[in-house]
Amino acid sequence: MSLPQAALEFEAVALELGGRAILQDIGFTVARGEFVSLIGASGCGKTTLLRLLAGLIAPSGGKIRLDGRPVTTPSRQVALVFQDYGRALLPWRTATGNVSLALEAMGVPPAERPQRIAALLAKTGLAGHADKYPSQLSGGMQQRLQIARSLAQDPAVLLMDEPFGALDAMTRQALQDEVLRIVAERGATVLFVTHDLDEALYLGDRVIVLDANPGRIARMLEIPLPRPRNQLTTRENSEFLRLRRELFTAMQEMLA
Amino acid sequence: MRAWRGGIVPVVLLALAEIGFRLRAGPSDSLAPPSRAIAALLSILGDGSLLFGSAQTLGSLLAGLALGSLAGLGAGIVLASSELLRRLSFLSIEMLRPIPSVALLPLSLLIFGFGYGMEIAVIAFATFWPSLILSHSAVGQIEPRLMEVARLLRLSRWQTAAKIILPAAAPRLMTALRLAAGLALVVAVTAEIVSNPQGLGHDLMIAQETLRPERMFAVLFWVGLIGWGKNAALLRLERWLFAHRGDVDTSIAA
Repeated sequence: MSLPQAALEFEAVALELGGRAILQDIGFTVARGEFVSLIGASGCGKTTLLRLLAGLIAPSGGKIRLDGRPVTTPSRQVALVFQDYGRALLPWRTATGNVSLALEAMGVPPAERPQRIAALLAKTGLAGHADKYPSQLSGGMQQRLQIARSLAQDPAVLLMDEPFGALDAMTRQALQDEVLRIVAERGATVLFVTHDLDEALYLGDRVIVLDANPGRIARMLEIPLPRPRNQLTTRENSEFLRLRRELFTAMQEMLA
Repeated sequence: MRAWRGGIVPVVLLALAEIGFRLRAGPSDSLAPPSRAIAALLSILGDGSLLFGSAQTLGSLLAGLALGSLAGLGAGIVLASSELLRRLSFLSIEMLRPIPSVALLPLSLLIFGFGYGMEIAVIAFATFWPSLILSHSAVGQIEPRLMEVARLLRLSRWQTAAKIILPAAAPRLMTALRLAAGLALVVAVTAEIVSNPQGLGHDLMIAQETLRPERMFAVLFWVGLIGWGKNAALLRLERWLFAHRGDVDTSIAA
């Protein structure tokens, strides 16, 4: 038996809720280690798509496969980073405790936890904040903490739902680069939902554009920009600008 | 800060009562001046009878509260996590809950006789219902995101209960406990006044029957003090437990 090429597969996936079609005929594959940005207007089902893949909800039609196996329930192979970090963190646990939750879930022996937690906090730039509670951390640091917790489950697939949507521009750019660096180190497959066109282009190997009512794939765009990407040179790259124009036009046409 | 200001009103009222008694000549069988009540309080504190009665009342209160609120808390959490159980028990709860707990005193007396048993049973019954209702709603109000985190990490039922549900609901559960504790004191003293010959409630009855109002006021003051102290202790505990949490408003305990 050969390993399937695709890490993720959507095959004619549809979702209806209360008789209303939310997603229709979604079909695409994501290769192992690929970074795919999902972009679309609000209400196009981007978040729903991630929730399907995470196994939080079941599709009404079609198939979703992870490493060739159908997704039916959540799996620790898949980590989901929510936009609302303030709600996704445990307010009664320190940064250390929040990362520890994932290790506890995986049954990592208590003796091994401190070392792994320290490494994850260091990797996400939280080394000096191990004993702080979420309420004592800034928004950017809370999101770093959520990312640290999702990395703790050592996922093959990382799903990110507009993770930087609520952060200021500087923090946002810093976190974009950190995520790219971490993902490259681990070779993780990423599905990244955003409504920011530049962010989608800057991060992705590919951008999938969703149209709304019902949510469906409108466009798929390869982003052959060199890596590692750079906030200045990548964004000044003529190819980046050409793709940006193309994507912008596509989005405008969709809204019209 | 300036906590002494709160003391001005009671001191003035007590002084007025004392002056009123002094101006009005003759002893009374129904009322007593504050000076005599204070003397009575010192006397029953000195001979140990007040502490003995307090120990009996508080013993029943703590045992009943522990039984009732723990059972209610457990039941509330279980009901909140099982739609089937909730539907099955809905009618029973709605029929049993409205029964005034003191209406069960005669039954409890028949079953347990005089002593701690009957009082503990009634306190447990009284505190069970608010604990159940409040813990049920506390669990219902947990941030849904946290329950999704539990699902995504594939926490077992036990892990979810211990690591997510209990700590997330803890602040509201503490409020439930504080309310139940207030209720427990009311029910304990009532049980002792109505049927159980022990504790502070019984001391009140003896003072009434022997026409010693000063002693009655002394015990009343003491019961108030116990209620206040218990509440203050629980508020301090809440503040200490949850002060660091961004999701809990501990200002009431400040």
